[in-house]
Amino acid sequence: MAKLNMVKALNLALMQEMERDPDVLVIGEDVGVDGGVFRVTEDLHRTYGSKRVIDSPLAEAGIIGASIGMALYGLKPVCEIQFSGFAFQCFHQIENHAARYRNRSQGRFHVPMVIRMPYGGGVRALEHHSESEEQFYAHIPGLKMVIPSGPRNARALLAAAIRDPDPVVFFEHKALYHAHKEDVPDESETMEIGRARVVREGDDLTLVAWGGMLRVAREAAETLEQEDGVGSDVIDLLTVAPLDRETIVRSVNKTGRVVIVHEAPRSFGPGAEIAASIMDGAFLSLEAPIARVTAHDVPFPGFAREKANVPDVARVVAAARDTLAY
Amino acid sequence: MAKAMTQKAAPGLGLDADLARKLLRDMLLIRRFEEKAAEAYALGKIGGFLHLSIGEEAVAAGATSVLRPDDYAISTYREHGHCLIKGSDPRRVMAELFGRVDGLSKGKGGSMHLFDKEHNFLGGHAIVGAHLPIAAGVGFAIKYRGGDQVVLCYFGDGAVPEGEFHEALNLAALWKLPVIWLCENNRYAMGTSLERALAQTEIWKFGETYGIPSEPVDGMDVLAVRAAVGRAVERARRDKTPALLEVRTYRFRGHSMRDPAGAVYRTKEEVEREKLRDPILLFRDRVLKPGVLSEDDVKKIEKDVNDLVDEAVAFADASPEPPASELFTDIFKESA
Repeated sequence: MAKLNMVKALNLALMQEMERDPDVLVIGEDVGVDGGVFRVTEDLHRTYGSKRVIDSPLAEAGIIGASIGMALYGLKPVCEIQFSGFAFQCFHQIENHAARYRNRSQGRFHVPMVIRMPYGGGVRALEHHSESEEQFYAHIPGLKMVIPSGPRNARALLAAAIRDPDPVVFFEHKALYHAHKEDVPDESETMEIGRARVVREGDDLTLVAWGGMLRVAREAAETLEQEDGVGSDVIDLLTVAPLDRETIVRSVNKTGRVVIVHEAPRSFGPGAEIAASIMDGAFLSLEAPIARVTAHDVPFPGFAREKANVPDVARVVAAARDTLAY
Repeated sequence: MAKAMTQKAAPGLGLDADLARKLLRDMLLIRRFEEKAAEAYALGKIGGFLHLSIGEEAVAAGATSVLRPDDYAISTYREHGHCLIKGSDPRRVMAELFGRVDGLSKGKGGSMHLFDKEHNFLGGHAIVGAHLPIAAGVGFAIKYRGGDQVVLCYFGDGAVPEGEFHEALNLAALWKLPVIWLCENNRYAMGTSLERALAQTEIWKFGETYGIPSEPVDGMDVLAVRAAVGRAVERARRDKTPALLEVRTYRFRGHSMRDPAGAVYRTKEEVEREKLRDPILLFRDRVLKPGVLSEDDVKKIEKDVNDLVDEAVAFADASPEPPASELFTDIFKESA
């Protein structure tokens, strides 16, 4: 057991999975000699060498396309796209090839690969360095979309993603990389993809969040408990797609009130799908309209205005109070 | 300056009767198969689009003739021929075109997405240029595992202006991957001629840009294709070096069945002139004149191919459509 931040925890998962399976390799821009922009791949090159830790040229479609070819052959590439905002250069490789080979080939070919991307705001960057695009990937049949919320689940989910026989898009929130440390077991650990976790329990309200917004939801729940005496279920989605509807519906059937928090823009975002799932499964339990606290329908602003765009604790608490007072 | 195109077979690739029979048979198979597919399309048995390679048969036949069964091929949406000659059962290819359950992919892939794992055929790809990086990745994986197979990657002249052509050629050259980039230059990206699409129309010269061996090849001469691809394969196997071959060919039909004549963007005279260099007729003359094959040999090959294709059509016709439950399979690995 060691106290690790999310960067070190992800690094541990990569180290151990490479040790465990010689077919696992890491590829991306500056992931090797340099160790990666956020240091997630630090020391991998030193440990496993150029054969398995590959510095690619700046060629996103080339990185993802070549990784698909490797995966078709039986290797297990873990690709890094330096920032999720750069992935539009390779979006069609992900959407049109990685996600569809299994179906298109009647299951004869499949693509076991992981596409890691730092995402999210709050790091005083701009547009492409701060966006949340999970909805694009969650919308694609054949892709899994995973977003951890802290060091321990990041390590366990990345290991699970690498062992998964299908392509996984794996988002890492930049503001979480160094946010806090957790106890992470030394021995290898995985978590099931497709399962949400209830990380705080209460009977009055359900808060649904993931990635960088989990902390916001938890703090909002704490405020509501202390100031309003309101008990909240806080659900950490962990996997956006396939969505764990069962866990969400079970909670809302208990609480009757729900606030969904996400960092992606509001319209057609993941919150809409989650709300529709709640309508399907918990309609008669609802005591108030489903609330969403999200980024606004604007391009991600420059750092001077990013706090006005990304949901914060005050906005979540205000939405929760409206919901509770409905 | 134009580079002289390869005209003659290399030493060691001499033309005996068996090889002549095989090459003629393969080219005829593609042509008959596609003629029958065109008929089936006209009858509404094949939906969507259908892209024929009639006129281009020497490319698949010549190139595949120097591959081993464990080598890989990956291709575009005009891939019926590439897939058939790589070894796929014509009955299952036709059934796939018909969208039937006995197709290579249970009718889920269709004409543009033929996959055959048993024959290391890694698929047709409908998005122009997008499969080139995948070919590079397969080449990488072969090298990673220490194998000596090669990847033959077919694409059209329409892929050359795409960014991924350049990304993939760069990666293959940079990482020294055993990939043969085979450009089937039929001069038209749908209706846009080479001259209207490329600043550099001598496509083989892009090989020089990336520092890899490259040459133009007469794609109407099956032996020239065989010789050029043979050299590239040998080098790739031995040195893990990619190559770029610009194989100059011509499609006698339109871009797809929706463009049956292909007559808006090229002249009838041009099409008729090119048909004089029909690769099958050229090769037949070439093997008949010196007596490598007799008229009777050729007739027998034609009959065998016709029977095979008729059988493929009958098989596809008899195969049922996939059951409705197939809609939900093969999205993710099914849980045990």
